[in-house]
Amino acid sequence: MTPETTGENLPRILIIDDEVAIRRFLRTVLSSEEFSLHEAEHGHAGLSVTATIRPDLILLDLGLPDLDGIEVIKRIREWSEVPIIVLSVREHEEDKIAALDAGADDYLTKPFGVGELLARMRASLRRARQLTPEPTFVRDDLEVNLELRRVLVKGQEVQLTPTEYDLLKLFIGQAGKVLTHRHILNKIWGPSHLEQPHVLRVNISNLRRKIEPDPAQPRYITTEPGVGYRLI
Amino acid sequence: MTTDTTIRPTPEAMLKLAQAEEAQSGQGRLKVFLGYAAGVGKTYAMLEAARERKRDGRDLVIGYVESHGRSETDALLAGLELIPRRELAYAGVLLPEMDLDAILARKPQIVLVDELAHSNVPGCRHEKRWQDVEELLAAGIDVYTTVNIQHFESLNDLVAQITGITVRETVPDRLLDIAFEIKLIDISPEDLLQRLHDGKVYIPDQAAKAIEKFFRPGNLMALRELSLRRTAARVDDQMRAYMETQSIAGPWPTAERLLVCVSGSPFSEQLIRATRRLAEELKAPWHTVYIETPGSDRHTRENRERVWQDLRFAESLGAQVATLTATSVPDAVVEYAARHNVTRIVVGKPSRSRWQELLHPPIVDQIIRRSSSSDVFVVRISSEGQQGRPQQTVQHPPHHAHPFGYPAAALLVAAATLLCGLVSRFLEPTNLVMVYLLAVVVAAVRLGRRPAMLTALLGVLAFDFFFVPPHITFVVADTQYLITFVGLLVVGLVISSLVARSQERADVIRVREIQTASLYYLSRDLAASADIVTVLRAVIRNVEEALNARAVILLSEGERLEQLAASDGLLLDSKEQAVADWAFRNRQPAGCGTDTLVSAGLIYLPLQTPASQLGVLGVRMEDELDYRSTESRRLLDAFATQAAMAIERVQFSHQAEQAQILQARENLERALLNSISHDLRTPLVTVTGVLASLRDEGVHFSETARNELLDTAAGEAERLNRFVGNLLDMTRIEAGAIRLNSELCDIQDLVGCAMAAIKQRVGGRTIQIRLPDDLPMVPLDLVLMTQVLVNLLDNSLKYSPPEGSIEISASFERGWLLLEIADQGPGVPEQDLKRVFDKFYRIPVPEGVGGTGLGLSICKGIVEAHNGTIRAINRAGGGLTMVVRLPLTVRTSRENRQL
Repeated sequence: MTPETTGENLPRILIIDDEVAIRRFLRTVLSSEEFSLHEAEHGHAGLSVTATIRPDLILLDLGLPDLDGIEVIKRIREWSEVPIIVLSVREHEEDKIAALDAGADDYLTKPFGVGELLARMRASLRRARQLTPEPTFVRDDLEVNLELRRVLVKGQEVQLTPTEYDLLKLFIGQAGKVLTHRHILNKIWGPSHLEQPHVLRVNISNLRRKIEPDPAQPRYITTEPGVGYRLI
Repeated sequence: MTTDTTIRPTPEAMLKLAQAEEAQSGQGRLKVFLGYAAGVGKTYAMLEAARERKRDGRDLVIGYVESHGRSETDALLAGLELIPRRELAYAGVLLPEMDLDAILARKPQIVLVDELAHSNVPGCRHEKRWQDVEELLAAGIDVYTTVNIQHFESLNDLVAQITGITVRETVPDRLLDIAFEIKLIDISPEDLLQRLHDGKVYIPDQAAKAIEKFFRPGNLMALRELSLRRTAARVDDQMRAYMETQSIAGPWPTAERLLVCVSGSPFSEQLIRATRRLAEELKAPWHTVYIETPGSDRHTRENRERVWQDLRFAESLGAQVATLTATSVPDAVVEYAARHNVTRIVVGKPSRSRWQELLHPPIVDQIIRRSSSSDVFVVRISSEGQQGRPQQTVQHPPHHAHPFGYPAAALLVAAATLLCGLVSRFLEPTNLVMVYLLAVVVAAVRLGRRPAMLTALLGVLAFDFFFVPPHITFVVADTQYLITFVGLLVVGLVISSLVARSQERADVIRVREIQTASLYYLSRDLAASADIVTVLRAVIRNVEEALNARAVILLSEGERLEQLAASDGLLLDSKEQAVADWAFRNRQPAGCGTDTLVSAGLIYLPLQTPASQLGVLGVRMEDELDYRSTESRRLLDAFATQAAMAIERVQFSHQAEQAQILQARENLERALLNSISHDLRTPLVTVTGVLASLRDEGVHFSETARNELLDTAAGEAERLNRFVGNLLDMTRIEAGAIRLNSELCDIQDLVGCAMAAIKQRVGGRTIQIRLPDDLPMVPLDLVLMTQVLVNLLDNSLKYSPPEGSIEISASFERGWLLLEIADQGPGVPEQDLKRVFDKFYRIPVPEGVGGTGLGLSICKGIVEAHNGTIRAINRAGGGLTMVVRLPLTVRTSRENRQL
């Protein structure tokens, strides 16, 4: 635990990971003018540092020695909405889903590239700072006017069913963040539909066909296999 | 200087001792209380010894003791544990017998079994009590038993001569030989007679008269001497053995060797016994031979049965047995004697009349004349006291017993006479004789010896009556015809005898040929059998054909015998199964036709080889008589041996195969391990190399060079990551740890995920995606199928040229989804199309491709977990298409869960 002197404006990043090598790596790549870094070696330390320093973003490794990573997330979420990005291992989809459902915002699969890491971090920080959603969402050829409930693709209006629109709106509200199937089903269809993921898939499929230039290679709504979907 | 006088025991002596010790371990010990007559006090002595043992604390039970109501004996029974007797019904009466199974179950240290020579009531496992005792000894239980000297096989005829009474219940001498201890119970004949007088000797009422004859002083003295002599011989044996092992120099017996010849005559048995006694005295090994000559008239079935029995009898007494074929008996005997260093040839000399001696010079004389290296012992054989051994074989009717032989003979003569009548005016009477001779030959061939003789006789009479002047009378005018008559009769008789004999011989040869043929067929069938089922079926088929019987084969599986093959309709109930078990465990034949458990419905022969105990062959003969026929038994024994060897061979080859497979698998695993470790290390070489050189401050790289190095290192690291992932996937598939999370998915989604995953590797290459719009959802595990698609695309990217395009397409076909990934690469050789899915299979391709070889096998594992199929097909215009088929209907999610 090495608290560093920080400037007032720099976002505070807390790294909770027991691997020395990973901490060193993260320290190296993230030590720029952009961030102020803090570290914790295990879960309990992480919790207390969170309480003390009150970071703007937490990078959490799931494989901690003392506390289960999910447990850490749950405890933090009891009193804080700080964005948490989880560092996970491939093939452990259940862990990712559990983490996201417990309150994590995003995940990175090891080994990851720095570019991806920075992109996710920035997106999370941006989301956190945004208090009010902007009325219009624009991304490439897609334009969504949330006030007027109008969707334009390449300037042409596209008709969406109410469900499809709600879906798109949900994604826009959490742009850049991965949403689990459960989360989406719960939010859009309610708790009774939690065991019917195909409903979701059908809608996603239809939505893609309407707004994606190439539905087979989606640019906006991407699938995170086994976990959920993400609006880039 | 003193010479070394220590004499070491010879290796043979030590071996004998070791063998004896080995035989002893695990076996029970037999203590024999030997007496020379009933009433000497054997049972009493046995009980006294038993009580002492009991006092010493040994675990002792009474198996069977007959006190015959004698109060002193009864008194000794008190306090000893008695195993209750079995009651068996026989001829309407309930008879008590020793309960062998109860004793075996009880497993005492010592058991008392009275009257070793007793014959068991039918229904018991064995015919004789001494067989029961042998089984007890084999089970490790010590036995005390009583027996009289006259019951022993080798002394049987001697005793008969002495007492005039033939003892029918005999015990093999080997029981006395293996006995650990022999206690001679001896009292003077005077004392014995006194006891008889006092009524202390048990006499069954029926035998009162015979016993009186038995208990004459002369008899008793002779018997006493016999028993004393036998015991002394045994003591001598033991002393000699002791001296040998302790290497005490002493007068060693000379190396004698005896030979006796059997011929199938009823006297052979006496000869064999006599030779055995002689061999005992001389401590010499002895041989028994049978010389088979083609020209003799000894080939009747009866005769051969007797020879076979004699040989077996001799073997049971300890002889080395051989059968020789030769043209001259004396020559063969003398030659055998010379070859085996026989010192004494034992022959018998029955009393024959001078007459017979003239006609047939006795073999004895011939042997005496020709033998040079051996002495010839002539043993007196008495024709009295000769008992027929209980016939174990059945008398088969003589061959060619034509039912109407004699009337047919008469008819033949009548026919001949008629024929002669027709031609008589053209021929002289003497020529007509030929017709009658012809009739005799026909009769000999068709009707047998005696009808043929009758034909000869009748022929002569008819010839005389009808064709010799004066006709129609028996009177002969010209006495020269008498010569014709005699000639006709003699020739007729000789012909009939010769022809009949040659027919008999032909019969014998035919039977033997059939047997040999059946053995040949069996061998041939067995040689062609490669697995156990075929072997068993071949054995059963051959037994059915050769012996006119039905068969069943049981093989041991672990502890039990399992019935593995049987003729149609042959089922064994639990009783039969028990008999089979017994045969297996005791390694002896049992069942119908043997000495043990004779009430079974089949005969059971153990299938065994020197190396292993395999099982049991059970045979049910159609003809009851065949159970005891020596020929059938011999054939059956041969079959059993062949079958056992074939089964053992199959089992061994199976084991060898397993061992080979195991070895091959280990080799493969070792090779794979080597390959994997190489594949894991190689990327690291690049990465560490690059990092090391970049770190080295002494070396200066240009910007481009640095970037290139870093790109290479990054690529290799990525490659290593993928390889590790593949290995993990493969391990999980192999371990069956794949769990499908099957949900209805959109194919577009699947393709999209896969494309996203390989975005970097695609670079600038063209990938065409053709998916119909109306694709329904397909049940699959998105994560795993993405992996499949990624691997397939990776493959295509690797093996097709950069300018070639890759096509992904999907379609539907009768309940299946077809996903095709096609490239424009070189394709795959036809014979390898299936093998590409093997683990670590890499198609030999130009450099720079490099792969793990696992990608496709992972695809196969995952696709098959979905109950789908994956195939590689060469495209018509060049290139490879991978076709993945997935079922559209999902079984219950539980079935889809586990691989």
